[in-house]
Amino acid sequence: MLYYTLKRLGVAVLVAITVSVLSFSMIYLSGDPAVALAGEGASNEDIENVRRVYGFDRPIILQYGSWLVQALQGNLGHSNYLKAPVASVIFERLPTTMLLGACSLAFALLLAIPLGVVAAIKPNSILDRIALSVAVVGQAMPSFWFALTLILWLGITWRLLPITGTASWKNFIMPSMALGYYLTPAVMRLTRAGMLDVLSSDYIRTARAKGLRPMTVLFKHALRNAIIPVVSLAAVQFGFMLGGSIVIETIFAINGLGYLAWESIQRADLPMMQAIVLVLSIFYILLTFLADMLNAFLDPRIRVA
Amino acid sequence: MPENSHSKRVLEVKRLNVEIPVPTGLLRPVQDVSLHVDRGETLCVVGESGCGKSLTSLAIMDLLPTKAKRACDEMRLSGDTVFDIGERAMSDIRGDRMSMIFQEPMTSLNPAYTIGNQLVEALQRHRNVSKAQARDRAIYLLEKVGITAAASRLGQYPHQLSGGLRQRVMIAMALMCGPDLIIADEPTTALDVTIQAQILHLLSDLQREFQMGMILITHDLGVVARIADRVAVMYAGQVVETGTAEQIFNAPQHPYTRGLLDCIPIPGKTKRGARLGAIPGIVPSLVGHMSGCHFASRCPQAHEGCETGDIELLPTAQPGHVCRCLLTQTPGTPVHETEGAAS
Ligand SMILES: Nc1ncnc2c1ncn2[C@@H]1O[C@H](COP(=O)(O)OP(=O)(O)O)[C@@H](O)[C@H]1O
Ligand code: SF4
Ligand SMILES: [Mg+2]
Repeated sequence: MLYYTLKRLGVAVLVAITVSVLSFSMIYLSGDPAVALAGEGASNEDIENVRRVYGFDRPIILQYGSWLVQALQGNLGHSNYLKAPVASVIFERLPTTMLLGACSLAFALLLAIPLGVVAAIKPNSILDRIALSVAVVGQAMPSFWFALTLILWLGITWRLLPITGTASWKNFIMPSMALGYYLTPAVMRLTRAGMLDVLSSDYIRTARAKGLRPMTVLFKHALRNAIIPVVSLAAVQFGFMLGGSIVIETIFAINGLGYLAWESIQRADLPMMQAIVLVLSIFYILLTFLADMLNAFLDPRIRVA
Repeated sequence: MPENSHSKRVLEVKRLNVEIPVPTGLLRPVQDVSLHVDRGETLCVVGESGCGKSLTSLAIMDLLPTKAKRACDEMRLSGDTVFDIGERAMSDIRGDRMSMIFQEPMTSLNPAYTIGNQLVEALQRHRNVSKAQARDRAIYLLEKVGITAAASRLGQYPHQLSGGLRQRVMIAMALMCGPDLIIADEPTTALDVTIQAQILHLLSDLQREFQMGMILITHDLGVVARIADRVAVMYAGQVVETGTAEQIFNAPQHPYTRGLLDCIPIPGKTKRGARLGAIPGIVPSLVGHMSGCHFASRCPQAHEGCETGDIELLPTAQPGHVCRCLLTQTPGTPVHETEGAAS
C-alpha cells in the first residue's frame, strides 16, 4: 500500500509540474507580455522598462523558477483589471464552486447508481429500458439547454425555485441538477455494466449457495465490487464538471470560479485566467489521486499486496 | 432414529429435467435424472464434459441460470420436499442443510472481503450466534480442513491465498452449518495435480467424520475407485447406470460404462489420474426431443429397437444396480416407480 501510494503521489507530482509549465507558458500565449502589459500607445522605452521591471528579459527558465516559487507561496499574480491579487479573488470564489461541484456529484451519483443497479437486476426489462432512456436523454441534452428548461419550468412557470444567485441552499438545486445530469449517463452505464458483470461471477453464485438474502447478495457482494470502476470515472468526470461550471455558473449567475473565468475571458484578464487554469488543474490532479486512494480502499487486491 | 431406509436417505431426486432455450431450439441438458444419496454415503457422478453434471447439481441447489427451467417428479432433502418451495424457503435451506463446492476456487470467493467475513456470514445467516461464536466455528473448521494458523487467516483476503488454500476455505465454508448434503462439483479440476489428491482425501475424510451425504462430481476414475460408495454414470444428459462402486467397476452393464473402463488397464485398481476414455463418435445434440438410446450412434452393440422409444433406467439382475440399456434390462417396472430397486 505504501508503495502504491508513493507511486500515485509521484505521478501526481509529475503531472502537476507539467501543468505548471503549461500554465506558465500562457503568459507568452498572447505574444510579448511586456507589450501587452505596457498597454496601447506605450513607447519603445516604456516597453523596455516594463520588461526589466517584470523580469521578462531574464532567461526563461529563471522566469519559470521564480514564478513557481511565487505560486507555491500562494502568490499567483496580480489582476490588472480588478487591481487585486489574483489568489485572494480566486480563493474567495473557490468554495462556491466546490459546493456546487459536490452537490452536482451527489445528485449524479444518487440518481445514477440506483438506476444502474435497478437496470442490471433484470436486463432488458421495462425498468432497464426506463433507466437507460433517462441516461440517454442526459447524454443527448446539452447542459445549458437542460439548465434553461429547468429555469423555465421550475423557476418561471411553477415558481418553485430561485433562478439566480446563491442566497440559500435552494439556489443550488437547479444548478446542481443541470451540472450533475451531465455525469449521470456515464455513471449509470458503468454501474449497470459493472453489476451485470459481477452478478454473473462465481462469487455471487457462492453467496447465493450460502443462502444469503437477495439484498445481501446485491449490495454487500455485488455493488461493492461493481462500484470500484465507478469511483475512478466519477473523479475524472468531476474534473470535467468543474470545467462545465463555467456555463452553468454563468446561466445561474453564481459567483464561483466558473463565472470568474467567464468574466476574465471577456476582460482579457490574463493573470486571472492563468491562475484559474492552474488552480483547477491542481484540483483535478488532487481528485485523481484521491480516487486512486479510494480505489485502493475499496479493492483489497490493491490495498493488501 | 429408526434405521429404515427413509431416515437414512439424505437426497432423493426423481426424474429431474432441465431445459434451456438456445438460438437453435430448446436444449435439454438434463433428462430424466434420478439419484439418491444416503447419510454417510459418497455418490460419485462421472461422465464426459458437457453431459449435464454441473446443471444437475445446480438444479438440485436451485441455482440454475435464470433462463433455465427445471421440472421433476420428486426432490426431497432428508424427507422434506425441496422443489418449488419458493426462493425464500429455498435460501433457508441452501448453505444450511445442503452446501455446494464449486470447480473454480480462484473466483468463487469475493475479492472484497476477508475469508473470516465470508465464513462468519455463512453461519450467521442461518444460526442465531454471536460474531465471536461464528469466528470460533470458522477457526475450528479451518483447522479441520488443514489450514495452519487458522485464527490469523481470518483477516486475509482471497487473493493472498493459493488455489488449494482457497478450495479448503470453500470446503470449510460449506461445512459452517453442518449440512446433511454436500455437493462437490469437480472440486480439484482447477488445482495443481500435486494437491488434487490431498483435497479429495480431505473431503472424503470430512464426509465420513460428519456422516454427511456427498455427491462428488469428478473426471478422475482413480478417485472414484477409491472413495465412491456408489457411482452414477451420466451420458448426454441422462444417468445411464447406477450401482455400488464394486458393481460398476467389476461388472459394468452399460456399453458406455464398459467403454469408459476399457481404457483403464485393471478395472477397480485404476491408477490415479486415469481419465475417462475416448470412445469413437460424437455426443448427440440435446436440442429438441431425441428418441431412442442417446448412446446408439456410438454403441458397438446397437441393434434394432435401440433408436425408437424412450429407454428407461431399469433394475438389472443385481439389487441396487440399474441401467439404461435394452440389453441388460430384466423385465420390470422403471426404477422411478419402485422404492426397493433403487436402494
Ligand atoms: N447457461 C447455459 N446456457 C446454455 N447452455 C448451457 C448453459 N450451461 C450449460 N449449458 C450446456 O449444457 C450442457 C451441460 O452442461 P454442464 O452441466 O455444465 O456439463 P458438465 O457435465 O460438464 O458439468 C452443455 O452442453 C453445456 O454447453
Ligand atoms: S440401448 Fe442399444 S444403443 Fe443403447 S446402449 Fe444399449 S445396446 Fe447400446
Ligand atoms: Mg461441470
